[in-house]
Amino acid sequence: MAIFLDKNSVVIVQGMTGSEGRKHTERMIASGTNIAGGVTPGKGGQVVEIAGAQLPVFNSVEEAKTQTGANVSVVFVPPKFAKAAVLEAIAAEIELCVVITEGIPVHDTAIFFAQAQRSGKTRIIGPNCPGIISPGQSNVGITPADITSSGVIGLVSKSGTLTYQMMYELRDLGFTTAIGIGGDPIVGTTHIDALAAFEKDPETKAIVMIGEIGGDAEERAALYIKDHLTKPVVAYVAGFTAPEGKTMGHAGAIVSGASGTAAGKKQALEAVGVKVGKTPSETANLLRSLIK
Amino acid sequence: MDLYEYQAKELFKANQVPTQEGAVVTSAEAAKLAAESFGGATVIKAQVKTGGRGKAGGVKLANDPAAAFTHAQNILGLDIKGHIVKKILVTPAEDIESEFYVSFLVDRSNRSFLCMASVAGGIDIEEVAAKTPEKLAKIQIDPLQGVSLELALAIAREAQIPEEIQDATAEVIMRLWDTFINSDATLVEVNPLVKTADNRVVALDGKVTLDENAFFRHPDFENYVDISNEDPLETAAKAKGLNYVKLDGSVGVIGNGAGLVMSTLDVVAYAGENFGGVKPANFLDIGGGASAQVMADGLEIILSDKDVKSVFVNVFGGITACDAVANGIVQAIEMLSSKENYQQKPIVVRLDGNNAKAGLEILRSANIKNIEIVETMDAAASKAAELAKWAK
Ligand SMILES: Nc1ncnc2c1ncn2[C@@H]1O[C@H](COP(=O)(O)OP(=O)(O)O)[C@@H](O)[C@H]1O
Ligand SMILES: [Mg+2]
Repeated sequence: MAIFLDKNSVVIVQGMTGSEGRKHTERMIASGTNIAGGVTPGKGGQVVEIAGAQLPVFNSVEEAKTQTGANVSVVFVPPKFAKAAVLEAIAAEIELCVVITEGIPVHDTAIFFAQAQRSGKTRIIGPNCPGIISPGQSNVGITPADITSSGVIGLVSKSGTLTYQMMYELRDLGFTTAIGIGGDPIVGTTHIDALAAFEKDPETKAIVMIGEIGGDAEERAALYIKDHLTKPVVAYVAGFTAPEGKTMGHAGAIVSGASGTAAGKKQALEAVGVKVGKTPSETANLLRSLIK
Repeated sequence: MDLYEYQAKELFKANQVPTQEGAVVTSAEAAKLAAESFGGATVIKAQVKTGGRGKAGGVKLANDPAAAFTHAQNILGLDIKGHIVKKILVTPAEDIESEFYVSFLVDRSNRSFLCMASVAGGIDIEEVAAKTPEKLAKIQIDPLQGVSLELALAIAREAQIPEEIQDATAEVIMRLWDTFINSDATLVEVNPLVKTADNRVVALDGKVTLDENAFFRHPDFENYVDISNEDPLETAAKAKGLNYVKLDGSVGVIGNGAGLVMSTLDVVAYAGENFGGVKPANFLDIGGGASAQVMADGLEIILSDKDVKSVFVNVFGGITACDAVANGIVQAIEMLSSKENYQQKPIVVRLDGNNAKAGLEILRSANIKNIEIVETMDAAASKAAELAKWAK
């Protein structure tokens, strides 16, 4: 089992004909993802060959969905056009829309997230994220597929490279699903959404949660863990050394006054009994000690 | 990106939010002339990107041009919470009857927009929230619906704005919402919004934070970018398209991915505890590409930082293959070492992930004497901290 994404997922790529879209479509296919085609307005009817596959291009998500039965879309569209692309996926009632694009204005994200909430049909992951991988089943986004294979750990993280690092640290145990939820101020899927799904997933034995400075998602997750989780959870938080008021790479990674600090997040998590590692490798070891 | 008060007020004007005339000056003499041209009493206001200027002595009432001169002289150069005052806003003094608070912001917790408003203005809103929360209205705004006149009135009522000016305040609330939306702001705050003796509702202060990701829609906002208060290394890094933040330690850090780099800083500081408190000197994310040129640009910035005693290059190859990164490092050192002012400093490298073995092999056979390869992130951080401690 896995969460949000599995071997039955049929995926279309929004922005497949662009250079990023094309490169990552190739990688996704190589890692076993069922890619059914792409969407690029104005290029409908073309067929592109990527990694030996003949992939149809459609003008709209609606059309792509009808023709291919896709239930997942992944967005590689530049920031300017990302809002329109995601709104299209929502209108077509795509179940899962994974938004990789970095640099989308937060007002645009607020709009498409509100629209997704209103329609109630589409889960959004991202923006500004590496995507989601259920090793051995499907890989949607830019996560390297060869770090590790399927296993018993569930991972949810704000950061891409820390996701990879943690998958590497725990490569002996493997993962049911690893989700990069993204580093923007507003994201479609939160730590809590992933924790809830991992708790229900019978194959996930333990969970690693990676947070970073900014906002209060980790504090909220801590409260959720206290009330709802029975599985072991360990956490890692990045940004203890970040100065106040500076954006650290991710648009959402900023300490404002006394709020959003790594120390505050660590404290909130430890207060509910979640062990928080000082380094990624210490975090991996904490998890090992919990499932032995 | 935060704006100065005078810039916030420019946006207010453009969106028909009632505010005052003002002149931005950089000398006491000019402040006096501005006060003369306005006539009557003026307020001399330090322009720094931080709140609480009033308490810090950065906002003074001047009854005549001579007083404007004296106040301006005292305020220019003042240090307000680490911000040195270089510009002053001279603005007519209003006859204030009462002070309120209104803001719109991106509400990360609810992944939506939020309006906060209160009859208790002119003081820190955190203080109002803590001491008299019943006076602070917090209203969720549906991004798909926006703020109608009806909602604006409801906000004014819930904030306990006096009845006789609720209509006028609601009007201002709608204009502030326009400012928020039209500017792609993440924060628009007015504290205080005042009722004057002649019953006008006016924004006396303004704080606006803009979303830099939306600048493609607002080419004119580039004018608000202000490098005079930036660290020169940050300015140089920005010019090269690098994501760099200067910190106050001695271990220069380069990595790929914001999360991994933040983590690297922490791990360096943690390891540094064993070496008398060695800390990271900077945040630098070279992103996914990590070409030789990007690596060279990054190394050049870091090596030119006189506080840097050692460098830690920490890369986890995801999409980027480590052999490409290793070639980048080798070529970067070649490029830089041929430059006249090349500063040789010890560099600790840790590569993992995609093609790490090949990457390490490239580094080893390049045989660059100030490069040291360490296998794990924790051990490499410790090595870099140790080297920084013993460097002269
Ligand atoms: N133009 C003005 N006329 C009269 N009083 C003013 C004026 N501008 C500011 N003040 C007073 O000074 C106080 C502080 O000014 P403000 O602009 O809010 O700075 P800060 O919030 O940084 O302290 C206000 O609450 C108000 O009482
Ligand atoms: Mg104020």
